[in-house]
Order: sequence, then C-alpha cells, then structure tokens
Amino acid sequence: MNLAEFLGMGGYAVYVWPSFGLTLILLIHNVRAARRYHASAREQAMRRIDSSRKQP
Amino acid sequence: MQTSLTQAMALTYRGDLVLAFRRWEQIAQPVVFFTMVTTLVPLALSPELGELREIAGGVLWIAALLAALLGLEFMYRADHADGTLEQMLLSGQPLAWLVLPKTAAHWTASGLPLVLVSPLLAISLGVPTDALWTLMISLALGTGILSALGAIGAALTLGLRRGSVLLSLLVLPLAMPALIFGARAVDMAIHGEVARGPLLLLGAMFVLSLTLSPVAVSAALRISQE
Amino acid sequence: MNWTWFHKLASPPHFYRLAGRMTPWFGWPAFLLIAVGLYGGLVLAPPDYQQGDAFRIVYVHAPSAWMSMFVYATMATASAIGLVWRIKLAHAVAAAAAPIGAWFAFAALTTGSLWGKPMWGTWWVWDARLTSELILLFLYLGFIALRASIDDRGRADRACAVLAIVGVINLPIIHYSVNWWNTLHQGSTVTKFDKPSMPFDMLWPLLAMLLGFTLYFGAVLLTRLRGEVIRRERDASWLREELAR
Repeated sequence: MNLAEFLGMGGYAVYVWPSFGLTLILLIHNVRAARRYHASAREQAMRRIDSSRKQP
Repeated sequence: MQTSLTQAMALTYRGDLVLAFRRWEQIAQPVVFFTMVTTLVPLALSPELGELREIAGGVLWIAALLAALLGLEFMYRADHADGTLEQMLLSGQPLAWLVLPKTAAHWTASGLPLVLVSPLLAISLGVPTDALWTLMISLALGTGILSALGAIGAALTLGLRRGSVLLSLLVLPLAMPALIFGARAVDMAIHGEVARGPLLLLGAMFVLSLTLSPVAVSAALRISQE
Repeated sequence: MNWTWFHKLASPPHFYRLAGRMTPWFGWPAFLLIAVGLYGGLVLAPPDYQQGDAFRIVYVHAPSAWMSMFVYATMATASAIGLVWRIKLAHAVAAAAAPIGAWFAFAALTTGSLWGKPMWGTWWVWDARLTSELILLFLYLGFIALRASIDDRGRADRACAVLAIVGVINLPIIHYSVNWWNTLHQGSTVTKFDKPSMPFDMLWPLLAMLLGFTLYFGAVLLTRLRGEVIRRERDASWLREELAR
C-alpha cells in the first residue's frame, strides 16, 4: 500500500483524518493544559511564599 | 408544645401557598409565558391545524417545561433572604421531610396552573379533545418531576449571581427523559392510541424523583447555607 | 489489615509527592499504547467489508466515548467519597477530572458525527447513543459551570458533588429512555454498531487504544491534581518545603 492510498483512506479521507487529527489535538491539549495548570499553581504559590517572607 | 412533623409539613405547605397567591404575577408569569411560546409556533411554522397537530405534543411539552423553569429560582430565594431557611435547618425537624411540602407548594402554584391552561392551548394547536386527558395527566406528572428536580437545582444555585441561567443549564438535562416520554404520550393520544407505556414510565419517573429529590435538596440546602 | 497507606493518600503532601512519582508510569505506557494502537488501527488493520476505511474512526471514537463515561463515573465516585468521608482530596479529583471528561465527550460527539456522515448520510442523527452522549456533555458543562459560579471552594466542592451524584443516577435513565425513544421513532435505517465479534486484527488496536486512553487519563489527572492540591493548600507549611526542593 503506497502513501497516496494510505492518505486517501479509500475515499473517506475527509472524515478519517480530521477525526484522528482532532482527537490528537485534544489529547495534546489536555496534557499541556494540565501542565500549565500545575505550573501556574506553583508560580502563584512561590510568589505568595516570597512576598510573605519579605514581610517581617 | 412540640410541633409534630406532619404539622410542620402542613404549615409549610399552607404558608408557601399563601405567600405564592399573594404575588399573583409570579403565578401568572409562567402561564403567560406558556401561552406566548405556544403562540409563537403557528406564527413561525404554519397556521395549518393539520400540520400543527403533528408537532403539538412536543411543542406543548417544551413550552410547559420552559415555563415551569421560570419559577424555579424563587423556590428558596425568599426563605434564604429573610432567614426562614436557617430556621428550617435549625428546627430539629428532618430537613428532607420539610422540603417535600415546599416542592408540593411550588408545583401547586406553578405546575398546576400550566396543566389547567394546557387544554385551551392544545385545542388551538389542533389537538383532538380525546387527547386532552392524556395531555393533562402527562403534564401534571411532568411538571411534578420538574418541581422535584428543579428544587435540587434551586437549592444548589441559591444566592449565586446569574443563578437562573445556571439553574436552567443544570435542570434541563435531568428533565430530558421526562420530555421524551411526555411528548410521546401526547403524540400517541393525538393519533388515537392509548399512551399507557409512556404514561406509566412518566409515573415511575415521578415517583423516583419525588422520593430521591428531597434527600438531594436537603443536602444542597445545608451546603448553600454555610 | 493496615490501612495507614490509605489514610496517607488523603494527606496532601504525601499525595502530591506520590502523584509526581506515578505520573511517568502512567504517561509513558499511555504514549506507547496509543502510538501502537494508532499504527495498528490506521495501517495494519484491514479495511472493513462494509465500511471500508471509514471504520477506522472507531479507533478514536470508541475510546473517547468510553473515557467520557469512565471519567464521569470517576467524578461521581470521588464526589461521593468526598461528601461522605469529607476528604477534600476527593473533591479535588472530581474538579480535576471534569474538563478532561468534557473534552472526551466532545471528541466522541465530533468523531461520531464525522463517522456518521459517510455511513448514514447526515452529520447528525438523533441516535440513542449520540443523544445521550450529548446530554452527558451538558452534564459535564453544568458541573464545570456550577464550580465556576461559587467562590467559596468548600461550598463549590460540596455543591458540585451533589450535582455529580444526581447526574450519575440520571445517566442510565437518560440512556435507557433515549434508547426507547429511538426505538419508538425508529427510522428506516437500523444502525449496526454492535460488534458481535470483531476479527482479532481489527480488535487488538482498539484494545490498545482503550487501555492507552485510560492510562493517559491517569497521567493527565495526576498532573492536574497536583495543580489542584497546590491551589488548595496555598498557605500550608509543607508547601514551602516542597516547592523549595
């Protein structure tokens, strides 16, 4: 099976590839969003700790 | 003298009804809304009674559902504002039982008027008179289910800003099964069939929501009151 | 039986560290399984007799749908644990899981629609499964909206917990009633998505994807949870030491 046939997906390419593409995008997005959520939580917490240290 | 539970329940029911009937607009609003939405359909789709008859079941049910949603946010709002709710929680009576007459009073003031008005609206949509009883029974059960489920939403969203929009968002998915069978029942009656199946299922849902909702409502009320 | 390990789990600092250590053990196997499943589903599996290559959408559609329900069950269970045993971490689990589950539901609906178009001829069909999946998405959105509307975290946790539990009771009712409705209003086509026996070379990539998605959820949930724990424990002393590391 060559590349052209594979990409063509038997004529259903316009349905198959967006499906897989969308799912992959969502999978990646959720990972990044979770990481960002964690990182921003750490950032905020560090800032609080720093500012509370500065106050005597 | 200690108030017994049944006395407390009866007092709650009567008290709520008295308050509700003092504010006529609050009872009239859902009815007017129901009427107006039903009127929108022939204006927007088609004035042919033959065509309207085919969709009347769904139209009446959707309009009634939306109209019933209108009054839900007021269920606990006044009590929350004037401290009555706190008294209910502190009263020593089991809260889940006290919640039941409140739901019943809400239905009497909000759902029952819709049921009573529905035959007139149904006729305007070409529904044959034979189907009217089924319509009223299905709506009675349906608005009852909505009062029970809506009470949960009202308790959860108590005191929140934009609470009414959120309330609809929360309650509508829960009400969808009732809508499916209720509209189906009316549809069957319009076409001359006996709608036993859907009505029985509707009845089952009604019993289920009536028994389980007070538990959820009392939990939600305690949470909202902290 | 020594239950110390269980009680330690509910302790935020202990859980935070444990979650951090466990995440790669979920993440990497998930990545591998999904990669292998994708290759198996897109390349190795033969095209379907009736649906041709369009059937391959099942390899993303079925796992998404399965996860959307699994995550909701997780949310509801965590909510119940949080309410009954008053474990704040359980509420954090529900809060962290919700957006992930909502995206899975969205993915299930969109891939289902993309699969439906070539198979049924329309982008949307009020098929029982699609409809109840749509309602599931509404339940997720309601949960997320309620949480966002309540400022007090404790009240938000408990209110959302009640909502999640009410929703889970309603889920089988919805699916059952929509199934009945679909049967009552049965159209001309009978959808045949029951897989009585899939040939193995089509089945194994699906199993790989299902397991991969589940482990993926574990990894993402743990990461989000660590974020949740930090936000909830903002003023706790253990946090200072932990972040200083």
